[in-house]
Amino acid sequence: MAEAAPVKPTTPKKWGRGFDVRKQTGFTTIAMICFLMLYAPILTLVAYSFNAGTSVAIWEGFSWRWYESAWANVQVQDASIRSLTIAAFAAVVSTVVATMAALATTRTKPFPGLTFIYAFINQPLMVPEIVTGVALLIFFAAIKVATGYTGLGYLLIAHTAFCIPFAYLPIRARLENMDLSLERAAADLYATPFKTFRHVTLPLLWPGILAGGMLAFVISLDDVVITELVKSGGQDTLPTYMLGQLRRIVTPEMNAISSVFLAISIVMVTIFFLLNRKKT
Amino acid sequence: MSAAVAVEAKNVSKIFGAGPGEVRALDNVSVTIQQNEFFTLLGPSGCGKTTLLRLIAGFEMPTEGSILLEGEEVAHLPPFKRHVNTVFQSYALFPHMTVAQNIAFGLEMLGKPKAEVQSTVSAMLKLVRMEELKDRRTSQISGGQQQRVALARALAPRPKVLLLDEPLSALDLKLRKEMQIELKRMQLETGITFIFVTHDQEEALTMSDRIAVMSKGKILQIGSPTEIYEHPTVRFVADFIGETNFIEAEVMQRIGSDGQIKLPSGIVISHPLGENVGVGAKVTLAIRPERIDLVRPGTEAHLSGTVENIVYFGTDTTFHVELEGSQQEVTVRVQNRRGHQEVLKAGDTVGMRIAPEAMQILKD
Repeated sequence: MAEAAPVKPTTPKKWGRGFDVRKQTGFTTIAMICFLMLYAPILTLVAYSFNAGTSVAIWEGFSWRWYESAWANVQVQDASIRSLTIAAFAAVVSTVVATMAALATTRTKPFPGLTFIYAFINQPLMVPEIVTGVALLIFFAAIKVATGYTGLGYLLIAHTAFCIPFAYLPIRARLENMDLSLERAAADLYATPFKTFRHVTLPLLWPGILAGGMLAFVISLDDVVITELVKSGGQDTLPTYMLGQLRRIVTPEMNAISSVFLAISIVMVTIFFLLNRKKT
Repeated sequence: MSAAVAVEAKNVSKIFGAGPGEVRALDNVSVTIQQNEFFTLLGPSGCGKTTLLRLIAGFEMPTEGSILLEGEEVAHLPPFKRHVNTVFQSYALFPHMTVAQNIAFGLEMLGKPKAEVQSTVSAMLKLVRMEELKDRRTSQISGGQQQRVALARALAPRPKVLLLDEPLSALDLKLRKEMQIELKRMQLETGITFIFVTHDQEEALTMSDRIAVMSKGKILQIGSPTEIYEHPTVRFVADFIGETNFIEAEVMQRIGSDGQIKLPSGIVISHPLGENVGVGAKVTLAIRPERIDLVRPGTEAHLSGTVENIVYFGTDTTFHVELEGSQQEVTVRVQNRRGHQEVLKAGDTVGMRIAPEAMQILKD
């Protein structure tokens, strides 16, 4: 999927100024090994999702049967719908929260404690996931005991919380790159702060918001650790369902589900990059 | 004739930061700008001209003093409540809107009826000659065209005052000259007060009705272009605008406001004096290079010296003359009205004659 960068005409240069890492001995070899390590397992996984046999190691011909069987699998359907629901909810809510946070941290006069707020918002990126997971497990357990509520709410809240920094970063970057004189011009042309936001800031921020939402969606869809610890019985998401299945018999059905998953992620991440690249 | 006042700044100071690091961007500035005037704030970068503009626009609040817009105190109103519009240095056109949408923005924010918005937008497009490009995105037009759109957008709501923050600085020389004429035309056509900020003295001289020359947060002199150029009152103004020779002279005698001053050549001339200049005082005379006539040595002259070098500029020729009896160099510019004449060469002795009104006594 990664396109090769267009080769620039290289002019012979002396050491120092024109130092080019690509000319180092072994550079190509190391690069090839890295790519191989990264993509060979994934390519194998995708290839065997089309295997006609039941083995994930012996090729017996091409077939769509594992995709069909995964599609028909009620548990897969159930987990997929739950995964998508949680991801959609977490993406929307975390993006709204992240947008507000980004506005508050870039469009106000710098105030004491701003750095602390940055750290606070980005905390889920720094605290080990397992720690957050265990903390949530204990915390939610107490609430479960107190209220008796065992619904999807816990997963929704947990996912929303750890998605916020992922949504926040691209939105903040976009806001920081935006020419402040645009908002000043709007105010100069009689737009109240709300109208300035509605007619100028928000339309220009959209690519950042979409990118943030997209990233949050993928992050939520992919989460295992926190979900595994927070979920109640019968609340498997696609990743936790797959993890459960892997402990039993492994069939190419797993490959098929993984491949679809991979495809969705690639599409999302590609859109994310395209949105982020388009700068005005 | 007492023209109505458009903008008045009274004892305005603006301090950025606090404590030892504070910067006094404006220091007790007062200025009155008449309606219908093309008023220019001129000065080097950091002189406070843009700060004053931003205070009038409402992007900054003054630390002290008041700002009146048609007699009404506005110093603490936000920009969207002031009937003043700005043309930004970077133009700040909305990239997600077309040319026409940009121009309509202010009118729409004011809640004008659709029909009025449309007719005003087409009138503005016509004024800035951009009718054909009205549906283009602002990223799809050239710098000069963006400049026109920015102007139309700011003029469309018919502000009481239009503020222009170095709007021509991003254009190339030819386009800049064209836009100078265009701006003046638009100001006359619309009858709106223009307050123009620039560091370019030529721009200020060609377009303005009046100029305020600023330095270090203060206004040093306010006057028409001819007053500013021909009668600078302080050294900074004389030096910043055009080229000037500074010549020291001594006051010999004083009768009322008339005085006798001695030039470095020893020649004594009569010249009106300022109030606080007494006998024996040293004064500085500012003399423009084109106001000096070169004459043959021996004929009656105010100064004399030796030609150091001659630089030919096409339309005129500049002579650098070293004054007799001092190391000081005087620049003399002679128009080549009869083509290039090789009368003088380096090393020649010349006399210099200067009309008394071309010698301006500076305050400092």
